Amino acid sequence: MIGLIAQDFVAVPEVAWSLLSPLLVLAIGGIILITITSVAPPLRGRGFPAAFTIVAAAVAGWFLRDIWIDFDEPQLIVGDALAIDRFTLWVWGTIGVAVFLVAALFDGYLRRERFDGPEWYVLMLMSASGGMLMAAAQDLILTFLGLEILSIAVYVLAALHLRRTDSQEAAFKYFVLGALASALFLYGIALVYGATGSTSLNAIAATRGENALGLNPLEDSSMMLAGIALLLIGFGFKVSAAPFHMWTPDVYEGSPTPVVAFMASAVKVAGFAGLVRVFWDGLGFYHADWRPVISILAIASLVVGSFLAVAQTNVKRMLAYSSITHAGFMLVAVEALAGGSEGFAATGEGLLRSLAGAEALLFYLLAYTLMTIGSFGVLTVAGRRGDAAHSLDDYRGLSRSQPLLAGLMAVMLFAQAGVPFTSGFLAKFRVIIAAADSGSYILAGVAMLAAVVAAVLYLRVVVTMYMADSGVAVAHAITESDPDDADVDASIETDSDTGDVDADGVVGPDHEYRLPRTAVAAIFIAVVATIVLGTMPWVGQGVLRGAAADLVLLR
Amino acid sequence: MLVAAEATEAAVDFPILPTLVAVPLLTVLVLLFLPPSRADYVKLAALAGSVITGAVSIYLMWTFAVGEAGFQFVSRYDWGGLGLSLYLGVDGISLFLVVLTGILFPVSIVTSDPHHDPKPYYLWMMLLMAGSMGAFMALDLLLFFMFFEIVLVPMYFLIGGWGHGNRIYSAMKFFLYTMAASALMLVGIASLAILAAPEDGLTFDVTVLAQHDLSSTASTLIFLSFALAFAVKVPLFPVHTWLPDAHTEAPTAGSVILAGVMLKLGTYGMLRFGVYLFPQVVSDLAPVFIALGVFGIVYGAAVATMQSDLKRLVAYSSVAHMGFIVLGIFALNNQGLSGSVIQMVNHGVSTGALFILVGWIYERRHTRQISALGGLQKTAPLMAGVFTLVMLSSIGLPGLNGFVGEFLILLGAFSAARWWTVVAVSGVILAALYLLWAYQRSFHGPAEGDNATMRDLSPGEMLGILPLLGLIVFMGVYPKPVLDRIEPSVDALIAHVESNVEGFAEAEPQEVTRVGVEGLVAVAEEAEEGGEEGAEDHGGDGAGEEGE
Repeated sequence: MIGLIAQDFVAVPEVAWSLLSPLLVLAIGGIILITITSVAPPLRGRGFPAAFTIVAAAVAGWFLRDIWIDFDEPQLIVGDALAIDRFTLWVWGTIGVAVFLVAALFDGYLRRERFDGPEWYVLMLMSASGGMLMAAAQDLILTFLGLEILSIAVYVLAALHLRRTDSQEAAFKYFVLGALASALFLYGIALVYGATGSTSLNAIAATRGENALGLNPLEDSSMMLAGIALLLIGFGFKVSAAPFHMWTPDVYEGSPTPVVAFMASAVKVAGFAGLVRVFWDGLGFYHADWRPVISILAIASLVVGSFLAVAQTNVKRMLAYSSITHAGFMLVAVEALAGGSEGFAATGEGLLRSLAGAEALLFYLLAYTLMTIGSFGVLTVAGRRGDAAHSLDDYRGLSRSQPLLAGLMAVMLFAQAGVPFTSGFLAKFRVIIAAADSGSYILAGVAMLAAVVAAVLYLRVVVTMYMADSGVAVAHAITESDPDDADVDASIETDSDTGDVDADGVVGPDHEYRLPRTAVAAIFIAVVATIVLGTMPWVGQGVLRGAAADLVLLR
Repeated sequence: MLVAAEATEAAVDFPILPTLVAVPLLTVLVLLFLPPSRADYVKLAALAGSVITGAVSIYLMWTFAVGEAGFQFVSRYDWGGLGLSLYLGVDGISLFLVVLTGILFPVSIVTSDPHHDPKPYYLWMMLLMAGSMGAFMALDLLLFFMFFEIVLVPMYFLIGGWGHGNRIYSAMKFFLYTMAASALMLVGIASLAILAAPEDGLTFDVTVLAQHDLSSTASTLIFLSFALAFAVKVPLFPVHTWLPDAHTEAPTAGSVILAGVMLKLGTYGMLRFGVYLFPQVVSDLAPVFIALGVFGIVYGAAVATMQSDLKRLVAYSSVAHMGFIVLGIFALNNQGLSGSVIQMVNHGVSTGALFILVGWIYERRHTRQISALGGLQKTAPLMAGVFTLVMLSSIGLPGLNGFVGEFLILLGAFSAARWWTVVAVSGVILAALYLLWAYQRSFHGPAEGDNATMRDLSPGEMLGILPLLGLIVFMGVYPKPVLDRIEPSVDALIAHVESNVEGFAEAEPQEVTRVGVEGLVAVAEEAEEGGEEGAEDHGGDGAGEEGE
């Protein structure tokens, strides 16, 4: 079947290369960037790496578009190890959008924090290429490879704010827990391999039914089930689903804010892409075993994320918990995706249901990426020098001192709360309708109630920005009494901008805020896209449907 | 957003209903580009936008075909691949709510000022207007829900940004309470759309969804998910606690719109999406809702009597009045439903006017405590006169609008649930008690201190509230044009209920309705001479006794 067609393609390597071009552009781009800047140190300066990364993302996007236009059917390339279908392309596109926007956030941030050097960008490009690999992988080994490329780069990124011990601490926590999760994941691969004799998802799927024929007694064994469970834990960690979410608030709080924007978007997108690839493509026949577990993870994430968010006073931690709630919502979509596979006989009706689930998941991934980068983008700018001003009090009266920033943040927060006419609403609605379609009414109800509880946190931030009295004065007093901050400030103010090409921020009425144009532009793009996706649901509908169809039907 | 959708069907040449949403939205765009420092331009733009919208809504009423039950001015655009469509239309049930929205917004913009940050204030007002208009016209369930939810955001900002006292708490409570209640409604909508989906994919078109044949368990559950959202919005008795806070702390215009327009979303929703979509369940559960409605009437009135804050008193009176509307809806007969629809408009007009008046008193005296007021009739005779008229309308004095609605509702309810109605009538007496008592304490007696120097209404303020006064008198004296437009749609709804509910027998045959309404009109016309003049001039005492 598909495998045979793909064999032909492997024999023609250049075709495979062109199908891989978006991934390669980012990976090779990262290598070129670090090479150039090592050879020509002046280029380490601030503007070049950002521009390079943005261009790399744009070129990747351009190649992606080409592949999409020429696309006729899903293909397995590189010895059946990678699947290039429209699902892969959608995820690649989402990751590309994340790289594009986060690179713009990095720029202003690095200037403000007095970091130069391209390593931030290089690591992000590497990490993104790992995520892309995960999305396409049709072999557990490649999934693991992608996972590690993705993760290790992000561990380092988390530590890159060298002056903040919080950043180091966050990176260390992330690394230790991440390594544990990776180890469990690898163990899971080993067990699945033991039970089925292969790491290829196609081969794993093909072993189904062998037990009945007496061919493979291990197929239904506890070894297989343990393997599935361990794989789920590995993915659960990456997408920060409860109860594997413990690292999320600490790491989000400590890591440099634009890195969190990347972590919350691209890493989670890649995690979900890998999850559905492995569990739908490879382990789909075992859905009766893992689907209930997904429901439990979804409910746990929804409840934990929304309720614990309410108790937070640090905005970054709040958004960390909200990202857990969002993960819960996406898990509901995954559950709905699995729901269509009743008996896995792939009846027409069942496939339609799965299609609704897949569409919901893919739309949610894109909408969530934009919303989360937008809101962490605002946090990046609002964190001010030192990247530490993230307690709720620091946002007091932001609407007075920075009306633009507060306005963008408000839109992002309401979108995350699922207010109609934003992509957040349609994303939630798609999930709810997919869940209802597959009969998971209770899950849908829990998800909606959790969304209400989560709304408390968004409203708290909005209240603080817009309605709190005597805001600005308080915020100043707090930041200025902080000795570290004052030191940094003093050293910075003397050193005025050294030939910045694309402008170091416009200095607002509150001189502590600097609004770098690139960052504001990135946030603005995210906000506009959020509203466009919410008010014009037909935008990208065909693309979305194609991507969902490929995921559901490829198997 | 609205213009972008591709037209698939257009029943009228000019898309007049989308205009009602588009004009306020365009005003929002204009406001965005106005300088915040020019408060006068900003107010002028908002006023122009709302007046144009209001004028269009009145034109709509003018050209509305009398005697037709179906949806008119229908415009329908496909809106993306989700089965969602931009499907707007009005019938007799929604027509006057649209007009009410069109009138209350300009009036509340004229009669109250934000005092600070005019630009965002008017921006939120216009967004609220667009959302409310959309909600009353939407014939697509999901579209309705989107409008139903989106209005929370501007109201949240209005209460939180321009409110009084405990405004942040009230704004949060309002937003979360309503959002929590409607969260499950979205699940209900999704379930209904899935379970009742026709062959060719999902739809949220209410006229299609109304054909569903769901099991009684499914439709009961879905109805309950709807009912909770609407009950909180109305608000029905046990879930009303957000209302006094929100009303009291909101700025004047916010209170007017909240009471006049947003509460109606709940009762309108019950009619359009409750009774219409789930006739069987509604008729099964009607006793429960009648009980809750009557409880609300008595409870709201009793609590209002004990309030020391004038605005809170009006807020609790809303609970009572909305209880009447619910009672009328679940009586499930022509009089009850017609009365409910007309009472929705009446309540919007008279409670809106009361909130405006209380706002004026607060502006002048910086207090709403009844105990701090007194003797205002001497210092502000004009205001006292207006207050009297509005108050009497709220009490339900024959000859003014409140009577028409309440009488019809009680008539309908009496044949459906006799003893509950007997209890409900006590609400009318209590209304006279709390309003007249409040009037007596604040307007009668000697005027001391600041009360003695209070400014009377200015000509501008008088002009601003005049449309509401005109409606109060007109609809009380000559409700026929309004009833003529409401009746056919209500009859059709009752017929729909009859044909879908097994063993449903409307408590009284149709003939009685006719007699009832015509008789009422006759009564109202007779009351014309005495009622109106008397109410304007005499102030509280004399007219009050008539009321009782």
